[in-house]
Amino acid sequence: MLSIKVGAAAVPPAVLAGMPRLRWGWAGAGLLALAASCGVGVLVGPVHIGVGTVVQTLVGGAVDPGQANILWSLRFPRVVLGVLVGGTLAIAGAAYQGVFRNPLADPYLLGAAAGANLGATLAIAFAPGTSVLGVNVVPLAAFVGAGAAVSGAYALGRSVTGLRSATGLILAGVAIAAFFNSIQSYVQQTQTSSIRQVYSWILGRLVTAGWDDVLLILPYVLLSVVAIYLHRRLLDALTLGEDEVTSLGIPVRRVRLIVVVAATLGTAAVVAVGGTIAFVGIIVPHTIRLLVGRSYRVVIPLSVLFGAAFLVLADAAARTVVAPAELPIGVITAFLGAPFFIAVMRSTRAAAL
Amino acid sequence: MRTHQPGASAKLAVRFGVVAFLSVFFAASCGGAPTSATSTPASRFPVSITAPGGATVTIPRRPQRVVSLSPSATEMLFAMGAGPQVVAVDDQSNYPATAPKTQLSGFTPNIEAIAAFTPDLVVAAEDTAGLVHGVQALNVPILIEPAAKNLDDTYVQIKQLGAATGHAADADSLVASMRSQVGSFVASVAKPARQLRVYHELDNTYYSVTSATFIGQVYKLLGLTNIADAAAGAAPDYPQLSPEYIVASNPDLIVLADTKCCQQDLSSVAARPGWRAIVAVKSGQVVPVDDDVASRWGPRIIEFMRAVALHVQQLEKQAA
Repeated sequence: MLSIKVGAAAVPPAVLAGMPRLRWGWAGAGLLALAASCGVGVLVGPVHIGVGTVVQTLVGGAVDPGQANILWSLRFPRVVLGVLVGGTLAIAGAAYQGVFRNPLADPYLLGAAAGANLGATLAIAFAPGTSVLGVNVVPLAAFVGAGAAVSGAYALGRSVTGLRSATGLILAGVAIAAFFNSIQSYVQQTQTSSIRQVYSWILGRLVTAGWDDVLLILPYVLLSVVAIYLHRRLLDALTLGEDEVTSLGIPVRRVRLIVVVAATLGTAAVVAVGGTIAFVGIIVPHTIRLLVGRSYRVVIPLSVLFGAAFLVLADAAARTVVAPAELPIGVITAFLGAPFFIAVMRSTRAAAL
Repeated sequence: MRTHQPGASAKLAVRFGVVAFLSVFFAASCGGAPTSATSTPASRFPVSITAPGGATVTIPRRPQRVVSLSPSATEMLFAMGAGPQVVAVDDQSNYPATAPKTQLSGFTPNIEAIAAFTPDLVVAAEDTAGLVHGVQALNVPILIEPAAKNLDDTYVQIKQLGAATGHAADADSLVASMRSQVGSFVASVAKPARQLRVYHELDNTYYSVTSATFIGQVYKLLGLTNIADAAAGAAPDYPQLSPEYIVASNPDLIVLADTKCCQQDLSSVAARPGWRAIVAVKSGQVVPVDDDVASRWGPRIIEFMRAVALHVQQLEKQAA
């Protein structure tokens, strides 16, 4: 195969030799899993709505207006939002693991979660119920907070190490996250009346402003997913090591910057509407590595599909296991995700790690 | 329980009227209430009070420097006329406006900051961060009056605070007034032929209250069916409800106790996806209430109950 152009960077085919490519079987399995989880997501909930009604509603048939209202206003947008949030968190996690060549990297590594939490906490405590240009101020503040934290970490890491190594960047992210977390804790401590809302936000919840939230984040999610997908070969090349890749003429720092910006943009967008949902960005890419293969040409596309499927199922559980009450989705993702991940690790003997 | 002083009965009748008046008008300040410093002889002290937690607190003299770290207790103290004896209240005690609000926190109490007010009685709602131990070390009596589970708890707490501050008779008349008003509200609503459903909202992430809570029992007393009770298995007191369940339950009455925290009102509720189909939204039976009134267990519960009872009466008229 010829070398593939991505931006200005080309990856010599020899570099990718021996790394597995995505097989159609796995891509099909991913699509099937996503379709199945969406089916479950649409069909289960505290209000029972039968398959027939759902199909009738989708094709515009005559159904009970109450059930149609619940499906169109609440359940469909929630499932779609689950797809966007889950897919984006998983691909962003995979991208971070790739650029930092660190298995523990997740989308929150450079402070995105701490920034989003601080932004949301400030908005909930000091500007409740306000909106800017018709958009609720809480997601906006979370988006800005996440972006500010990662930009701060990037600027700090650059001033310290000149981005020669990823470690400086990671440590800058750790410092920024700790700093933002301390401010967030302080605000939460002094504004005791908003503690429950802040808590609810941090644990994550896909309760939406209907289709508005979906449309709000869709452009960022698409941009992020497409940009990371186009860099999957470069991420594979990066596994060779920074010096070696640089000697092949691949601009490592630029690749790292583009992928980090893309992943951060997507993460900030989905965190803004879903809260800082834990674990998806780390468990989904690693499960794919263990079960399918380590190549980013496998991990990146499959992370989108399985991440989306996983979060839609987790959300279905969040709104059914204690119905008609709800559980925070962050509780479900870690509670179901951790044992599953351990089972996968044990069954594969972790050889692929 | 202490008996009335014979000579004070005329004054008591006046005070009864004042208390009833105050509880009628939400915005009224208690600043004008007469003090009862002269009505209760100091010889009644020391008093011993057994707090709900079980510990007995002895108060040697009639307190003149009370520090309240509980907004509910602050409202009780001022409603019974013990306000002039209160020297400091915590940062959340925003009612009545005349209460001496300070930076003190009942949530993260600082013993030194409390000691700076040289209190002779401290009242709080919970023993957090070593509060009781710290205040006892100062040789100051401390009374913990925890969150009430029902109206009877509130009545007990009012009487305890009355005994502790030398206002036992005032506390008795306040409780009597509250009891009679609660009775009249309950009598004012017929038991509806059709069950009326209520949804009480604590914030815009759909946390609600079940009938097991202090605020939830008010709905129960007024004969309403609380939609959050179905979620009591998940969280017995304050479950977070699924929005599709709220829409499908189609409540007749929505009570918004998130007007201050989250600026919610009828139009913001109607703008939520799918909520326009709810009968309470269609008919405008969305009641905004003061978050504080609906989250405390003080005398202002009467105002809250009056507001809800009025809407229940309207709903019953519509249904008839």
